[in-house]
Amino acid sequence: MDNSYLIRTDELIKTFPMGETEIMALDHVNLSFKKAEFAGLVGPSGSGKTTLLNIIGSLDSPTKGSAIVMGQKIEDLSHKQGAELRNRHIGFIFQTFNLLPVYTVFENIEFPLLLLGLSAEERKDKVMKALEWVQLADRVKSKPAQLSGGESQRVAIARAVVKEPKIILADEPTANLDAENSHNILRTMEKINAELETTFIFATHDEKVIQYLRRKITLIDGKVAKDEVYDKSGSQGEEQ
Amino acid sequence: MIIPRLALKNLLGAGLRTWLNVIVLSFCFVLIIWLQGLYKGMGDQARVAQTDAEFGGGQYWQENYDPYDPLTLQDAHSPVPGSLQNLIDKGQAAPILISQATIYPEGRLQAILMKGIDPAQSVLNLPTKFLGQEDEDLPVLIGTRMAKNTGLKIGDTVTVRWRDVQGTFDARDAKIVQVMKTSVPTVDQAQIWVPLEKMRSLTRMENEATLVTLAQGTKEFPQAPGWIHKDMRFLLREIDLMVKSKQAGGSIIYTILLSLALLAIFNTQVLSIFRRRKEMGTLMAMGMPRGKVIQLFTLEGAMHSVLAAIVAAIYGIPLLLWSAKAGWAMPEAVDDFGMALGEALFPVYGTGLVVGTTILILIATTIVSFLPTRKIAKLKPTDALRGKMT
Repeated sequence: MDNSYLIRTDELIKTFPMGETEIMALDHVNLSFKKAEFAGLVGPSGSGKTTLLNIIGSLDSPTKGSAIVMGQKIEDLSHKQGAELRNRHIGFIFQTFNLLPVYTVFENIEFPLLLLGLSAEERKDKVMKALEWVQLADRVKSKPAQLSGGESQRVAIARAVVKEPKIILADEPTANLDAENSHNILRTMEKINAELETTFIFATHDEKVIQYLRRKITLIDGKVAKDEVYDKSGSQGEEQ
Repeated sequence: MIIPRLALKNLLGAGLRTWLNVIVLSFCFVLIIWLQGLYKGMGDQARVAQTDAEFGGGQYWQENYDPYDPLTLQDAHSPVPGSLQNLIDKGQAAPILISQATIYPEGRLQAILMKGIDPAQSVLNLPTKFLGQEDEDLPVLIGTRMAKNTGLKIGDTVTVRWRDVQGTFDARDAKIVQVMKTSVPTVDQAQIWVPLEKMRSLTRMENEATLVTLAQGTKEFPQAPGWIHKDMRFLLREIDLMVKSKQAGGSIIYTILLSLALLAIFNTQVLSIFRRRKEMGTLMAMGMPRGKVIQLFTLEGAMHSVLAAIVAAIYGIPLLLWSAKAGWAMPEAVDDFGMALGEALFPVYGTGLVVGTTILILIATTIVSFLPTRKIAKLKPTDALRGKMT
């Protein structure tokens, strides 16, 4: 295996039971992602974007084939090992933000650090840094219910980025946001990607997101239909 | 420490729902402790009263004596053995002679027990000194219950008829010299107290007795041929059984209340797990192992009891202390319960009772909190994130 890849899938197959038959959500997917990629899985609903994201995030496991994330085979991980992998190396951003409602902004962002067992001082430093990234330092004491959609998603980004993971998986992160907020969010993620060299993988069919991607993987019916890489000017580069 | 911190945060964050459960559960705490304290107080009061007025520090029964069989009473007397007489002479025991008799208050007939006791005795807390009135031929001491049933009062004369040791009937007019107020019905109902020597003389049972009551704190239990020593455990067994039966009755009340409180917590837990699936999925996505999620939700439920204990302490401690001091007034009708309850019951709260109740509620709450969380063990993170239950 080539160790320069953070993520690699080999002949990855995922099927789901549907009544008496099975539907194939991922069909022999072979992909790899390097450090600091800003990539997106695009395609119509049901094309397998979220399923692939879930497997990479060790929230689900392959039916056949292999998914290797940070050198660990997802199919071989126990629940506990999967949790450990997510805790240390993977951040998630969800379409519906998924903030914990009874916690303040500060506490929501602090949560992954609590799981990592960091000291209160370390946690505070990291949370404040993450808040600066997303420019929400003035809302630390607010509860999620008091935030707008854009602010909520920025908190979710701060929560994903606070532990400085190697990989951030974002499932339709702009679906609930207006155009202005979407661009703000995406610019923030781009900045984090550039400065922290975090690998971002999006599952999206939002054109606003697609225009920021440096790699676009098109999935259709669970198969990789296209895998395009763009250079920094935005023009299309090679097809992998 | 992360799980308890998060659990408390979530619990307090749930607001009114949490406080409603906590308040109901705190009622259970206070009610269980109060009821159990009341029964303990009842038992303690009855034991003390019965010990003071009837059992002293134990008794020796003449071997034929059976308080539940009046037919044996005519044979249940014999001379007091020397070993017991020594104790009597030292003031450490009091002999009592019991015989069946009949009185005729206001022309009616009533079967009673006539009990002879030394007017100078100090073993039992009975006002027997009134029996020492030399000028009366047959002075009689009765209790308030007996006075009420017969219509007798101080200064009244009543005819008493009995059989002597030969079985010969004899009768005499007796004068009520005192009506004693006692919480112990077994030294009051259907009985009269007369001076021991007078009764021995009237029944021709010289130096005889039916039972000998020892002074409290007696450690010496000499051999007495023809007499059987009855220790306090034996003598107080009926009170213990009565308290136990009342406790069982009381436990039904608090079991119902506790069940309602636990049902509310169970319901809250079920709802929580149903409504917070997305949150569970998020926790798992952030790297919280499934076991920890179960722990978190179980602890959230179980912490209701911790908060309830605190709330119960805030209003319960003053309330319970006040209740222990002021007592619980007993209606007159309880005099007929056959137990020395007195005019008021004073609850007694021991450390064991408080700690035991707290542990009981904590365990019960933890169990009902854990049961619904078992569903989490089967929950797939991907389903949870979609708000689906696996």
